[in-house]
Amino acid sequence: MRQGETFVIIGPSGCGKTTLLKAIAGFLRPARGRLLVEGSPAREPGPDRAVVFQDFDQLFAWRTVRDNIVYALRVACRVHGAAAGKRADDVLALVDITRAADRYPHELSGGMKQRAAIARALALEPTMLLMDEPFGALDAITRNQLQIELANIHRRTGVTIVLVTHSIQEALYLGDRVMVMTAHPARIREIVDTSAARDVETAEFAALTGRLRELLVHREEDDAGEPPDAALA
Amino acid sequence: MKWSRIPVAVRYALLVAAIVLIWQAYVTFSHVNKLLVSSPVDVAVALAGDLRSGQLVSVTLATLKNLVIGMIVGALVGFALASFAVFSKVGHDLLSVLSAIFNPLPSIAILPLAMIWFGLKPESIIFVVALASVWPVAINTDTGFRTISPTTQLAARNLGLRGWRLVIDILLPAALPSIITGLKSSWAFGWRTVVAAELVFGVAGSAGGLGWYINNARYFLQTSTIFAGLVVISVLGILVEAIFGIVERNTVVKWGMKRSG
Repeated sequence: MRQGETFVIIGPSGCGKTTLLKAIAGFLRPARGRLLVEGSPAREPGPDRAVVFQDFDQLFAWRTVRDNIVYALRVACRVHGAAAGKRADDVLALVDITRAADRYPHELSGGMKQRAAIARALALEPTMLLMDEPFGALDAITRNQLQIELANIHRRTGVTIVLVTHSIQEALYLGDRVMVMTAHPARIREIVDTSAARDVETAEFAALTGRLRELLVHREEDDAGEPPDAALA
Repeated sequence: MKWSRIPVAVRYALLVAAIVLIWQAYVTFSHVNKLLVSSPVDVAVALAGDLRSGQLVSVTLATLKNLVIGMIVGALVGFALASFAVFSKVGHDLLSVLSAIFNPLPSIAILPLAMIWFGLKPESIIFVVALASVWPVAINTDTGFRTISPTTQLAARNLGLRGWRLVIDILLPAALPSIITGLKSSWAFGWRTVVAAELVFGVAGSAGGLGWYINNARYFLQTSTIFAGLVVISVLGILVEAIFGIVERNTVVKWGMKRSG
């Protein structure tokens, strides 16, 4: 993985894309092989690899949106008091939910909850932002809006993003490179450079959509090719 | 005026007033033996008299003291058992076995044994109250810990939380709806147990609590005093329910973890 890029992992259900993300986050250990983060093996879970999940339960229901961020800063980054408050206000403004800062998570819409989760992850100033189908539980309109905003946030912060999705459109729109995985056996099929396709209207976008669809749908003939190295750096 | 349009507090007050009126009318007009059934007025007189003399206050405090100490001991042991059950398989099996053995046993049935062990002292009552409250707390807290969303736990671990910090900052608040349910149920068991134990006890003087107060009134055929004791028990029960309601509204209901109702 290159610094500052948006690296997308796409694949059918059961191909291990979420498992791979969890391994990067440190929740799981690789059964075989090594997984490198910044040149050293992935360690215990930590805020340097902040995760945004699909599930809304990732926010702590007993804290307000702002408190969720201030608390995360206190325990994960040892940032306290006014400094934490200032950083919380900054990220809340960045994801545009300042007006919901003092509400409890259950009072927010799905889209707002995901914005809050992204804000909390960004506040930790991670070396990489891991996102596991972050917009999977949202309606199509909210999903599109958040994709646009995530692209803006990425442009402004330059944070490295690893995004797991099963939407080709989302992969192309957000990704600089897209890694296609297959199930049974779980393999990395190919890593496609998609930085040329940004605008949904262009011919490149259509061409790459076709290419990704083909990689996803067509089962690999049982070729004896070596699977690509799984080391991520 | 439609009944459902009247405010809820007024509706309840009207029903209570109606019941008291019917009760008073029955005693006044049926010429029932006053040693068998006291009228609400007599009960109010007995209540006022014993409140003024301080006797009712001191026996109520004695009961509450036994109850609170017993419940605190029971709840702490319950939390410890539930935590042990979450972190180890042995603990989980131990909780299953212990609660299967002791939960169906009315803890008042342990009182004779407790009297042999601790003598005719408050310790015996505290012991049976603790035994009554430990299982609801342990079982509900264990369920609460087990049903915490995996995503909540992953998010907490992502912040680098572990060990006691994880338990206190994340698991306890996330399991709070079940913990409150456990405490409510442990209060219900404990309250019945403490009164029953004091009734059986009967000999410990004014330190004997409300159960003793009722039993003592029976010796002297002071029926209205018996009723007064029952009224205090019922009113305290309502008050504690109300306190639990306030706690829930300010925590789990406010956080959207439990619907108000």
